[in-house]
Amino acid sequence: MRNLSRRQILQWIGASSLIGGLGFPFTGFAKTGARIVVLGGGFGGATCAKYLRRFDSSLQVTLIEQNTQFITCPFSNAVIGGLHNMEFITHKYDKLKSKSGINIINASAVGVDPVGKKVNLHNGESISYDRLVVSPGIDFQWDAIEGYDATASEVMPHAWKAGSQTVLLRKQLEAMPNGGTVIIAPPENPFRCPPGPYERASLIAHYLQQNKPKSKLLILDSKDKFSKQTLFQDAWDSFYRDIVEWVPAMDGGKITAVDVKNKTVIAAGEKHKADVINIIPPQKAGNIAHQAGLTNDKGWCPVDQKTFRSTQQKDIYVIGDASIAGKMPKSGYSANSQGKVCAAELVAELQGKTVGVSSWVNTCYSLITPDYGISVAAVYRLSEEGIVGVKDAGGVGPREVPVATRRKEAMYAEGWYRSITSDMFG
Amino acid sequence: MNRASISRLAFVVLAIVLLFPLLSQADDLRSAMLANPCAGCHGPDGDSPGSIPALNNLSAKYISISMKAFKSDQRSGTIMNRIAKGYSDEEIDLMAQYFEDVKKRR
Repeated sequence: MRNLSRRQILQWIGASSLIGGLGFPFTGFAKTGARIVVLGGGFGGATCAKYLRRFDSSLQVTLIEQNTQFITCPFSNAVIGGLHNMEFITHKYDKLKSKSGINIINASAVGVDPVGKKVNLHNGESISYDRLVVSPGIDFQWDAIEGYDATASEVMPHAWKAGSQTVLLRKQLEAMPNGGTVIIAPPENPFRCPPGPYERASLIAHYLQQNKPKSKLLILDSKDKFSKQTLFQDAWDSFYRDIVEWVPAMDGGKITAVDVKNKTVIAAGEKHKADVINIIPPQKAGNIAHQAGLTNDKGWCPVDQKTFRSTQQKDIYVIGDASIAGKMPKSGYSANSQGKVCAAELVAELQGKTVGVSSWVNTCYSLITPDYGISVAAVYRLSEEGIVGVKDAGGVGPREVPVATRRKEAMYAEGWYRSITSDMFG
Repeated sequence: MNRASISRLAFVVLAIVLLFPLLSQADDLRSAMLANPCAGCHGPDGDSPGSIPALNNLSAKYISISMKAFKSDQRSGTIMNRIAKGYSDEEIDLMAQYFEDVKKRR
């Protein structure tokens, strides 16, 4: 201690007040009163808006969302399979307004002006910002499968954005005859919710088994492998051996065209006719991200891997499915986790500071039956290669477990849903 | 001890007293950044509304022992064995304290 000069100590105090300023999750950030606009009120945007106000309650946070309520993709497979109703997956924004003090604007954004720093709305108004967080989710590459466009999706639903498409697919399943055929066609990577098509197949198979047991479900896949594959296939063998058939791309699974009028799809030159056809088309970042100049040639948004700041536009952050987030999957949990990191980094940036630790999590449950669940998880950290999963942690659950474990995971799937939606909207 | 060194010592003590809360604030942020992702399953600040155990009603000691037992596979869970392996023991202690302190912050 003797060797310390006053000057050194003063330097310490200076340095640690910089860190100290970031102390609160709660109040420690200095108050900047900056205007933050968040585009998109889904898993990324709603979470980020809420946590921005937690980190700095002086921020003027405006959330722009085109819908007055949010219908989640997670658990929409349970609606399609008849286990839940639409109400279960529908959420309101009122608590974000009343409890978190967020200004909600229900309007669709038609453009971003990164130079003038404002968002233009469809009604002609524009909203100025100091910093913008873009969390637009996905849009579809309508040109990728011949004949499959927005109009075709009214006959062959994608149901990959939850809402009327979810209801349409459910109604088609209810209307199809016992002994009919369902086709699900998942896209190549990357896409929103990698295990989603296979959970959907499981829950549709469950519905068919209970109600239309002579029916078949064909998965025509554009890939040769998929998320949680071993666990899904083990479970299909146990529960749905006579119903589910998975055709990988190498065996002719890749769909190249659809014939809407004849309810037919074409994969590797072969025609497949079905009663219900669920096409999950290739995807890209939400349209507004393209308009704002945030996307690369692959259609997704490159971001600084620590902060989620766009590498292409100043003062704009991108989170959720639209962003390129290293090894993290495009999932609701990832977006929720990114929303919090982005909020802390943005608040720190406004004050010329940095956040010392970067840590993300993704956990994903899939239901095979109402009482049988499987999971995958990872803890993510920043490395020289970007965001990567911690080695020797995470992964899918073991193949051989007591049936009680699967039952617990099915129960936790719903627990997860209640928790994360409470974290976003509560 | 001469007068100069007494005043120097007093200055150092003062500096430590001033520094301490600032340093612990930095730890608060680190704890929060580690603990925030838990909310996805365990609810905001560990306040779980559903079937997954809440964390905001547990002691730091209990959370810490449980997490370390999951990490070493001495306790078997569903997903926590895989998650716990993603953290150092020190990080586990920070997160455990974060959840114990939730009520104090309200």
